[in-house]
Amino acid sequence: MKRASQDSVRSQKRITRRGLMLGAGQAGFMGLLAWRMRHLQVDQADQFRLLADENRIKIRLIPPARGQIFDRNGLVVAENVPSYRIILEREEAGDVEDTLARLGQLIELDPEELERAREEMRRSRIHPVTIADRVSWAELSRVAVNAPALPGVRPEVGLSRRYPMEQEYAHVLGYVGAVSEKDLEKIDAPDQLLLIPRFQIGKIGLEARREDILRGKAGTKRVEQNAAGRVMRELDRREGQPGKDIQITTDSHLQSYIHARLKGESAATVVLDCDSGDILATVSTPGFDSNLFVRGISVADYKALLENKYRPLPNKAVQGVYPPGSTFKMVTALAALEGGQARAEDTVHCPGHLEVSGRKFHCWKRGGHGNMNLGSALRESCDVYFYEMAMRTGIERISDMAHKLGMGVEHDLPMTSVAAGLIPTKEWKRKARGAEWVIGDSVNASIGQGFVLTSPLQLAVMTARLATGRAVAPRLIKSIDAIEEPTGHGEDLGLNQNNLRNIRRAMYDVSNNKRGTAYRSRVVAEGMEMAAKTGTSQVRNITAAERAQGVRSNDDLPWDRRDHALIVTYAPAVAPKVAVAVVVEHGGGGSSVAGPIARDVTLQALYKGDPPLTAYPAADREHIRLQQERLREARPDHGQPASDRA
Amino acid sequence: MSYLDYSVKSVPAGLRKILYVNWPLIVLLSTVACIGFLMLYSVAGGSAEPWMDAQMKRYGAGLALMLIVAMIPIWFWRNIAAVAYLISLALLVAVELFGTIGMGAQRWIDLGFIRLQPSEIMKITLVMALAAYYDWLPLHKTSRPLWVMFPVLIVLVPVYLVLVQPDLGTSILLITVGGAMMFLAGVHWAYFAAVIAAGIGLVTTVFQSRGTEWQLLADYQFRRIDTFLDPSQDPLGAGYHITQSKIALGSGGWTGRGFMQGTQSRLNFLPEKHTDFIFTTLAEEFGFIGGVSLLGLYALVIMFCISMAMTNRDRFSSLLTLGMAATFFLFFAVNMSMVMGLAPVVGVPLPLVSYGGSAMLILMLGFGMVQSAHVHKPR
Repeated sequence: MKRASQDSVRSQKRITRRGLMLGAGQAGFMGLLAWRMRHLQVDQADQFRLLADENRIKIRLIPPARGQIFDRNGLVVAENVPSYRIILEREEAGDVEDTLARLGQLIELDPEELERAREEMRRSRIHPVTIADRVSWAELSRVAVNAPALPGVRPEVGLSRRYPMEQEYAHVLGYVGAVSEKDLEKIDAPDQLLLIPRFQIGKIGLEARREDILRGKAGTKRVEQNAAGRVMRELDRREGQPGKDIQITTDSHLQSYIHARLKGESAATVVLDCDSGDILATVSTPGFDSNLFVRGISVADYKALLENKYRPLPNKAVQGVYPPGSTFKMVTALAALEGGQARAEDTVHCPGHLEVSGRKFHCWKRGGHGNMNLGSALRESCDVYFYEMAMRTGIERISDMAHKLGMGVEHDLPMTSVAAGLIPTKEWKRKARGAEWVIGDSVNASIGQGFVLTSPLQLAVMTARLATGRAVAPRLIKSIDAIEEPTGHGEDLGLNQNNLRNIRRAMYDVSNNKRGTAYRSRVVAEGMEMAAKTGTSQVRNITAAERAQGVRSNDDLPWDRRDHALIVTYAPAVAPKVAVAVVVEHGGGGSSVAGPIARDVTLQALYKGDPPLTAYPAADREHIRLQQERLREARPDHGQPASDRA
Repeated sequence: MSYLDYSVKSVPAGLRKILYVNWPLIVLLSTVACIGFLMLYSVAGGSAEPWMDAQMKRYGAGLALMLIVAMIPIWFWRNIAAVAYLISLALLVAVELFGTIGMGAQRWIDLGFIRLQPSEIMKITLVMALAAYYDWLPLHKTSRPLWVMFPVLIVLVPVYLVLVQPDLGTSILLITVGGAMMFLAGVHWAYFAAVIAAGIGLVTTVFQSRGTEWQLLADYQFRRIDTFLDPSQDPLGAGYHITQSKIALGSGGWTGRGFMQGTQSRLNFLPEKHTDFIFTTLAEEFGFIGGVSLLGLYALVIMFCISMAMTNRDRFSSLLTLGMAATFFLFFAVNMSMVMGLAPVVGVPLPLVSYGGSAMLILMLGFGMVQSAHVHKPR
């Protein structure tokens, strides 16, 4: 078929014309595209650049390493150890449940943790979640080996607190734990760090009290994240400041020894260095494993601790207050001597009781001590002598002396709930009890009963002050980042040296004179002799009926109604180095129960280790040898100090 | 003038045809493809795997296909136009009945060695069919209603089949190309005016239908339109694509952030960064200059086609060449409008740059025919 060429020409013309028109239209549209591109890329470039940076750059905190804690020998008592976590990156995981199931075959997954992880995934689809916390190295290795079969699963390492001596330092150091909502509420302007989930802060004890220096300062890093929230690279970082290291004054060997020695008792012991006031040991038993709290203690474990009748949780050494009993008698005596109400050689007749305004106050010795002066009264712990002294001296002078010797005041120590105890005055009774002071109150107070309450720490301070005549102040922190803290050496108390000498001689006699109440717990090593004062404090009133029935023996009573056994010692008597206070709750007699403990502890502190058996009286040696062996096995071997920081 | 009019003897034959291939166009297309390779290398984080290598092989295959098609005389293509059209129509029906459905938007027939998307083939065969139709139709009948209705049917049948798949992007592309072909063939203005008026009416109706029983578009299609109109409405959901795409483009500035320095694409903020949204990576890394350069190269391709169409001596060749140019134009115009937030996200690749075999082969097949028309004109 041939076509008219006219037709062909017309057709070609039309196509060309329309083609050009279409071309023009296309050019116009391309112009529009270019204009739009210019609008976005040139006019709004800054705005979009900012949005792009907001997309990709995130600021992350770098948690500082918490300051470590060392004992006086440089042995680490609180450290940071790597803690391994298993993280799931949802972006890469594919089928999350499938991955979790496979992971569950390799390591044990905590259902609680898993539920929380799933919840986190529901809330935010892009952030990595923790699947398992604190996994062991073995578990971690298993996960790492199987990594190809576990897409999106990766191990992560962080730092966590560990207390190498699980029990011994629980009360001193306290513990750290994950920051809680409650913690945050208490703080006005929380550190950014606290907003990191599971960030650990000090909850109690030294860890809590010196949180300020232990925590350190957070660093920051700017990281580039991809759309799934995964960190691709670090852009820059500003290093934070690690927490400061603290060296405390305690000696871990002594601390462990005491802990082992007091095992089975509800007891507290404080050992002070008489020169510096350093707390060489402060033990409260039973202890608990503070590492449990770092991990987050289980309900069952916590319940067991709460329900234990020996109360493991409070720090009895500084928090517990007890009637000091006869250990208070030095205070009464010294108050009388200093006030001039009595001289050391003045005698008081003890018929076994004293009648004061119609009420009979008994001496512990029914038949009475006969004529007593200061020396014999302290040595034999005659109550009537001190009743008499209290009536002569008055409560105000006694309480002044108690305060002077460090009782009834809160010592400034970085531990939780350091108790002030109670040294009563007339003023105090009027305010607190709404009643007038009666002479009977003074009589009770004179032998550390009635209203008087002191902590084992305060008893140790009192002993150190009596031994030195200085205002020895307890010190727990030896140095911070190797910078020494001021010691508690203390100024002279301004007490009459003669009076002090009389008190000290009497205390020497308590454990070195055949008639002394702690004679059984004497030290025979030359130059190491111990001065002491025992105490047995009643936790109940002995009723007339009981007295009549003759229920006097502690052994016949339920545990929680028995007397507290107390003793304070310092040694060597000639040149005091250490002061010790021991309280055994409901232990019975001070001389029979607390005395042997105090002697062992004192000798351990003096010899810095197991003392030679020759320091003990011959009759005790075999028994002490066995005890030493038993305790050596019972306590952990600390080995050599990790670093020489002293 | 029809190919029947000119002496076959004045047309290059045998190996001499190679000399008459429009080589500058091939260089131009290859330049665009190279930009694609570069961008695929960049979005893979500086690696030939997994996209660049595969894309280069495909381009090689496409180039070979183009040359083979160019060697085959244009009258062959004209003769099979109607059959090709009917076969692709049959395939469209086949996928409707048996086609694999996956990912909600993949409509292909798996032949084992290649996954065939009939809607892609239709983009070429529709142009061929309309060019052949107007080549056959006497010129004076062009604007007669009956002879206008027929090509309208040729266009609307595949458009309907594609629309029900559902693939809004391809439907729009087909309908626009069809319209362009009719416009080029010289159909009277009045028809277009009427269609545009009707179109406006239709759009209104479609929107009116929303939420009623006779709703004309799927919910996801409506949502896409919504987010196109206001991307900030749902910045993390459906609007995410457009928002992130605009951020990537905008942050490029004049000269861009540098090769492989585009944070938006490298950090996966961009969706479909190697396929439909690859232009955003180019614009982010090479800035306004880079984006406009690519636009310029595309414009050159169109200009080459128009100039070839003007020297073609027969109607089929001219219409085919201009039709292919229009298809090519629509690809990049729709794609760029989409990533710049001027059009809804409809899933149209950036020609020769986006990763993907189907679109690449179809385009090279189309350009092969354009080359064939160019080679086989009387000299």
